[in-house]
Amino acid sequence: MKLNLKIWRQKNNNAKGHFETHVVEANEHMSFLEMLDVLNQNLLEDGKEPVAYEHDCREGICGACSMVIDGHPHGPNERTTTCQLHMRFYKDGQTITVEPFRAKAFPIIKDLAVDRSSFDRIIQSGGFISVNTGGPRDANDILIDKDTVELAMDAAACIGCGACVAACPNGAAMLFTAAKVSHLNLLPQGKLEKDKRALGMVRQMDKEGFGNCTNLGACEAECPKGISLINIAMMNKNYLSASILSDKD
Amino acid sequence: MSWLSKLFTSSIGRKVIMSLTGLFFVLFLLVHLLGNLQLLHADGGKAFNHYADFMAHNGFIQGMSWIMKFLFGLHAIVGLILWRQNASAKGQKYAVKVTDNTSFAGRNMIWLGILILVFLILHMGDFWFQMHYGDLGEMDGVKDLAKLVAIKFSSPIYVGWYVFSMIVLGIHLWHGFESAFQTLGARHPKYDGFVAALGKILSVVIALGFAIIPIIMYLNH
Repeated sequence: MKLNLKIWRQKNNNAKGHFETHVVEANEHMSFLEMLDVLNQNLLEDGKEPVAYEHDCREGICGACSMVIDGHPHGPNERTTTCQLHMRFYKDGQTITVEPFRAKAFPIIKDLAVDRSSFDRIIQSGGFISVNTGGPRDANDILIDKDTVELAMDAAACIGCGACVAACPNGAAMLFTAAKVSHLNLLPQGKLEKDKRALGMVRQMDKEGFGNCTNLGACEAECPKGISLINIAMMNKNYLSASILSDKD
Repeated sequence: MSWLSKLFTSSIGRKVIMSLTGLFFVLFLLVHLLGNLQLLHADGGKAFNHYADFMAHNGFIQGMSWIMKFLFGLHAIVGLILWRQNASAKGQKYAVKVTDNTSFAGRNMIWLGILILVFLILHMGDFWFQMHYGDLGEMDGVKDLAKLVAIKFSSPIYVGWYVFSMIVLGIHLWHGFESAFQTLGARHPKYDGFVAALGKILSVVIALGFAIIPIIMYLNH
C-alpha cells in the first residue's frame, strides 16, 4: 500500500518547523513505527536526514512513541499507543498527518521528538514512597480492600507518555499527575505521605508551565491506558484538604 | 507566601474559585428567575414592582448584591487569567484539529463567559441602574420598573438579544455546573449521575425560564 505522509520537520525548539510530504510504500502488517522506519530507510538511502521520533519497547508499555497522528495522540484508535497502531487501519493512497506532541512544557528536541523531562520533575516532587521497606514481608501483612486495589492499579497503568497533555487544548498535565498521585495515595504505604505528595506534585506541575484543567475530558478520551478523570477529582480533593487542613506546607 | 495565597495562586486553587463562585451564581439565577416570573402576573406589574422595591431597599439583599458584584468580577478575572495561561501553555496549535473528544460548551467557556459579561453590563445599565438612579415614574407608591421592562421587551431586537444571551448562559452552565463538582473533587458513583442530570436540567430551566418572559411579553404587548 502507498501512503502519503505529511510529516512535521523541525531542527530544534528554536527553529521554525514545517510539514514535509513523503510517499511511503508499506504493507498492512506493519506497525506505524515500522512504516516510519521504512520512511527513514528511504531518506537515508537518498542521503537525506531521517525523521527523529522516539520509540523503545514497541509493545505499548513504555510510553516513548509520542506523536500526534491526524490530530490524535497515538493515532485515532482508542486505548493504543503509536506502536500498537497497524497499517491495516489505513487505506491505500491515504494521506496521514503526523505532528509532535504540542505543549509549552514539552519543548521540541527535533522533528517528532519532544522533551518530556517535566514529567520526571513532577515525579521527583513526590511521586515515590520514602519509607524503608525492610526485608521481604508476608503478602497479607497489610490488608487492602479489593476495590481500592483496583482503583490504584487502574491509576498505575499510566505509562507517562504525555498523550493527555498533547490532547488537552489547555496543555494541562492533570491526568498524568493525578494518576501518579492516586496510585500511591490510595494504598496504605502511600497514604503516609499523601498530603506532601499532592502539594509537591501539583506545585511542580504548575511550575513547569502546564495549563489548567477545564474538565473537557480530551485527556481521558485519548489516553492509551484509559486513565479516568475520577483521578483528577480525587487529586483536587486531596490537594484542597492538604492545603487547608494538613500541617504540611 | 501564606498557605492561602499559595492555594489561590495554584491551578487547582484558581479553579476552586471558579467553581465556588459559579455555583453561587446558579443560586442567584434561580432567585432572580423566581422574581422575574412575577412579570407574567396579569396585574399591570404590581407584584413585580413591589418585589423590585423590596430587593432595592432590603439591607440584606443590598449587601448580597455587592458581594455578588465582587464575586462576579472575581469569576471573570480569574477566568481570564486561566484562559491566558492555558493559551500560552498550549503554544502552537495542531494542523489537524480534532473536536470530537470535547464538548462545544467546554471548549468555548471563555467566549460564552465574555458574551455573558457583555450582556450583564448592558443589563445592569438597562434595569439595575435605572431602578436605583433613574426616573421611572411611580405606581402604587413604588417605582414602576415593570413599565420599563415592558417598553424594552416591545422591541424584537432587544428580545432577540436577550433570548440569545440566555441560550449562551444555558450553554455556559451546561458545562460549568458539572465541571464545578469535578473541580471540587465532589465525585462519587453514588451521586455522579444525579449531579450531571441536575446540571443539565438547571441549564435548561434557567435559560428557558429567563427567555420565555420577554417572548411572552413581546407577544402580548
